[in-house]
Amino acid sequence: MAKELLKGNEAMAEAAIRAGVEAYFGYPITPQTELLEWMARRMPELGRVFVQAESEVATINMVYGAACTGARVMSSSSSPGVSLMMEGFSYIAGTEIPCVIIDVMRGGPGLGNIAPSQGDYNQVVHGGGHGDYHPIVLAPATVQEAIDLTVLVFDLAERYQTIAVVLADGNVGQIMEPAELPPMREVRRASPPWALTGAQGRERRILTSIYLDPYEEEMTNRRLQARWLEVRAKEVRFKASQLEDAEIAVVAFGTAGRVSLSAVHAARAAGLKAGLFRPVTLSPFPYGELAALADRTRGFLVVEMNAGQMFEDVRLAVEGKVPVGFYGRMGGVVPFPDEVLGEIRRMAQGGAEDSGDVRAKWLERLAQAPN
Amino acid sequence: MVATKMETLVYGRPESLTEAPTHYCPGCTHGVAHRLIAEILDEMGVREKTIGVAPVGCSVFAYNYFNVDFAEAAHGRAPAMATGIKRLLPDRIVFTYQGDGDLASIGMAEILHAAARGEDITVIFINNTNYGMTGGQMAPTTLPGQKTTSTPNGRDVELTGFPIRMAEVLATLEGASYIVRRSLHDPKNIRLAKKALRTAFETQRQGLGFSMVELLSTCPTNWGLSPLEALRWLEDNMIPAFPLGDYKVAPGVASLAK
Amino acid sequence: MPVRGRVDIDERFCKGCELCVEVCPQEVLALDTESLTSKGYHPVKLTAEIGCTGCAVCAIVCPEAAITVYRELARAAAVPG
Repeated sequence: MAKELLKGNEAMAEAAIRAGVEAYFGYPITPQTELLEWMARRMPELGRVFVQAESEVATINMVYGAACTGARVMSSSSSPGVSLMMEGFSYIAGTEIPCVIIDVMRGGPGLGNIAPSQGDYNQVVHGGGHGDYHPIVLAPATVQEAIDLTVLVFDLAERYQTIAVVLADGNVGQIMEPAELPPMREVRRASPPWALTGAQGRERRILTSIYLDPYEEEMTNRRLQARWLEVRAKEVRFKASQLEDAEIAVVAFGTAGRVSLSAVHAARAAGLKAGLFRPVTLSPFPYGELAALADRTRGFLVVEMNAGQMFEDVRLAVEGKVPVGFYGRMGGVVPFPDEVLGEIRRMAQGGAEDSGDVRAKWLERLAQAPN
Repeated sequence: MVATKMETLVYGRPESLTEAPTHYCPGCTHGVAHRLIAEILDEMGVREKTIGVAPVGCSVFAYNYFNVDFAEAAHGRAPAMATGIKRLLPDRIVFTYQGDGDLASIGMAEILHAAARGEDITVIFINNTNYGMTGGQMAPTTLPGQKTTSTPNGRDVELTGFPIRMAEVLATLEGASYIVRRSLHDPKNIRLAKKALRTAFETQRQGLGFSMVELLSTCPTNWGLSPLEALRWLEDNMIPAFPLGDYKVAPGVASLAK
Repeated sequence: MPVRGRVDIDERFCKGCELCVEVCPQEVLALDTESLTSKGYHPVKLTAEIGCTGCAVCAIVCPEAAITVYRELARAAAVPG
């Protein structure tokens, strides 16, 4: 298929359709409403299910019910709406069935604004809802990657019977870029062996997340953890740029990753040995790969559009072997490449900025900065 | 010239009930509601194409008692879950079974909107004026002056407002097709309740829209009454507050209700 | 002659709630205080061999579907001539 100029939100919607999504439930919220509107037009055209629910609470529960029938189902939302979905996430995880959510992140906390951010990392990557569970989380940086990951995410969700999330910052949702959509896949007809379809000619089935007996609940948790270990072993994805001889490894995802790539190129042009490690799966997180990188680089610079959420996971991976610095913009502000370049230069000069209370030092630098 | 003496079975346990003894309190009318639903599924021959959605409340384990596919919903969310199921499988019979807290408190948005959308689902609403499972707290259906564990001095309408009449509320929605209130406190009313439940399920089977049957029920344990005393309390106190009747019967449904 | 019926009470389910006792028009049901079910309830039993008409009102009110109701069919006798 040829490349077209596509808007991120619409590209993700159409990608899901091409991947054979059978039902979409959603609620309008900026900056992802275009996804819902695309689905409102296309799903009925194709004879598939579309419902605009009364809230994100209702949305995630419609997804839950639909997922119980074994169909490919999804929703999309943005940060405040995803907060409302956290109860549903926990229930779906506890029921061990697949579903797909696209989160197009905006400034927060609270009502925040409609500008892009990466503030939902903790909420989505580290569970968010109550209890121990791990969604698979993929972070696209371009419209093409958003398309590819949206198609992949359905397969991952079903393979591991888990929630799988495309975590896009608002920029990826709103940007327009040339990209290629995949061909239309047929909607699957086969029903998984656990699906609720009516007990015709078989034993009836129950899908639930309640296990009153603690030992039974522990068994459920052990199943969830075992599946998670398998995901961790098999599904880590990341992109590496110029890391072979990098002395400063910038770690950034999504739009922060793109901005950082420009900064890395500029740094190299200025004779600084910088490289970029861009996680594509935030969950499973590339701990092992970063730990190995820590053995051959002088320091890391984590760049995020939040107050340092993935930063903690990078620190965990590096285990104090080398300094891990941090630069972030919050509230919907998108960093410019020259800001990141300035940070790379600063790190290259050494000094105590990237040890001790790294976050406090970063906030101090932010306070001193012109804008 | 042969005298024959034979027996006929007048009533047997419905097939749509499992053999699991229920955990409900002795005399609790949840069991009656369950039995009626099971009888109807048997009579309509739809057991194998029915999917139920259980609430959070005393009937959280309703799925242990019905021999049909079942999903467990989060508190109040059953109508949304049922919407998801029915939209994907429109030819199955999908019902929710909910109590006062589940439907009229935390789930108020979900029930209103499912009815407003006219989802082809059937909702059975068990109204016993309190939150049974958690030990008898005030519900949106608790009567003024009624003592509960969270209104130990009796429900004060100045502080906690007035009960909500769900059948009346949902009947205002054009999307709702069959909204009625019945009671389970004596054989005559149980028979009428069964008829209403049958009409509700037929409404769904014919694709005629959203149906809800509100069933006035007892909670002997939390009311502090014996099962028999509880039936009398329902009759004396709940029926005046929650009048029995047909609050919405869409034109297409009227003929089913005969 | 009046129709004869009988009921079977399944002790796995009966909780001795007495809703059936109260409602029986023939007043032939009562708790069997001499016996306990495995859950510790006194189950209900017929108090007389004759009396039950198989009207099934007990089964209508029973919350546990514990009651099975039978009714005797009328004795059929050939009519001479």
